[in-house]
Amino acid sequence: MIRVVLPAHLRKLAHVDREVSLDVVGPVTQRTVLDALEACYPMLCGTIRDQVTQRRRPFVRFFACEEDLSHDNPDAPLPEQVVSGVEPFLVVGAMAGG
Amino acid sequence: MSAIRVLVGTRKGAFILTSDGKRERWDVSGPHFAGWEIYHVKGSPVDPNRIYASQSSSWFGQVVQRSNDAGKTWETVGNKFAYDGTTGTHQWYDGTPHPWAFARVWHLEPSVTDVDVVYAGVEDAALFRSTDGAQSWHELPGLRTHESGPRWQPGAGGMCLHTILLDPSNPRRIFIAISAAGAFRSDDAGETWRPINHGLRSEQIPDPTAEVGHCVHRIAMHRARPHVLFMQKHWDVMRSNDSGDNWIEVSGNLPTDFGFPIDVHAHEPETIYVVPIKSDSEHYPLDGKLRVYRSRAGGNEWEALTNGLPQRDCYVNVLRDAMAVDSLDACGVYFGTTGGQVYASADTGDHWAPIVRDLPPVLSVEVQTLE
Repeated sequence: MIRVVLPAHLRKLAHVDREVSLDVVGPVTQRTVLDALEACYPMLCGTIRDQVTQRRRPFVRFFACEEDLSHDNPDAPLPEQVVSGVEPFLVVGAMAGG
Repeated sequence: MSAIRVLVGTRKGAFILTSDGKRERWDVSGPHFAGWEIYHVKGSPVDPNRIYASQSSSWFGQVVQRSNDAGKTWETVGNKFAYDGTTGTHQWYDGTPHPWAFARVWHLEPSVTDVDVVYAGVEDAALFRSTDGAQSWHELPGLRTHESGPRWQPGAGGMCLHTILLDPSNPRRIFIAISAAGAFRSDDAGETWRPINHGLRSEQIPDPTAEVGHCVHRIAMHRARPHVLFMQKHWDVMRSNDSGDNWIEVSGNLPTDFGFPIDVHAHEPETIYVVPIKSDSEHYPLDGKLRVYRSRAGGNEWEALTNGLPQRDCYVNVLRDAMAVDSLDACGVYFGTTGGQVYASADTGDHWAPIVRDLPPVLSVEVQTLE
């Protein structure tokens, strides 16, 4: 199971606790994880990725294993610790504002 | 026994205020959708238990919420706002072409005849319609693709379609307004549009009487007389007696004619309300005195309404969608401020009192009159 940690705004929207667990079919990438997340929680469609372009929203970041994966290719494999469930995939609202 | 429900959108959530017809004691529920910007909340005239809310965030984009039980519970509905066909460009602040890009829903306007039909005015300016209770949205592209579209330019708050007026006597007629393109009218249910800005004069654009480019802040109409429109422009309060074909200025004796909201009394089509704001660079009341101005003559002759409103050291703003009226016999008038107060008058503006204070900055106020 892939572990995904959501920011507070999205946890409230999806009515979930801090972390959710997902079955991901096939290669574990940003795209397949987010596809699985949106399939389980359709109210999150459009909140992490733009509905039309499917690009990451500008103020959303993806972290895992203490690395910023936000600018990685969405089809690149995620770290093995994420695939094995040892480490979570973090969806983070970027620090912005004063 | 009548009751009133006030729907308040703020920078950090929605609030619902309810009272009986006396409008003296108010219950406050909320924040709903805490932490999110709620640009607009509006109930269906067909079924007042059906309420739509526009929920957005600079981080997490646009969400649309729907309630079928008067705001007790909510469900997320469709939030895919895809422009129809070629996106094209409008002018950016520096005059260069800029691709249309969806940012948020500013205004939701439920149909006056069908509970599942609702319109959305969005930034970058476009009009969307849903016929399935907001589950899916489809653009009415004739507006955005109007030949003047490439010349539209955003106002300071973005290029937003903020006003949607549905003519209750003619289901094919729709009025909309865009900052800073101006007002437009469709007479074929949104298929085609024409600018209706003749008579507007804006010194802030190269040609002050241009067909488009005016920063219209708000338009209002009375249901019984939908061919008469009232407009609060960036500067100037305007009136049209011919469905927007021609406008005349009715600022009259207002101390300043800059402002954002404008509304019409529920039973007196010639009684209108504005909240004068000092200027485009100083978005607060003149002299620190919060005053609603009422005209009982459809403009030109205005009286200040001050009883119960702060008359010193008040430097809040009242935004374009933050004023509404109820339809009880003694028409109630309501407005919210960027300081988080919602003021109400149960006697057409003669006396005011805050019905809630210290909310986050208020973005919108709508009122439902319940039987």
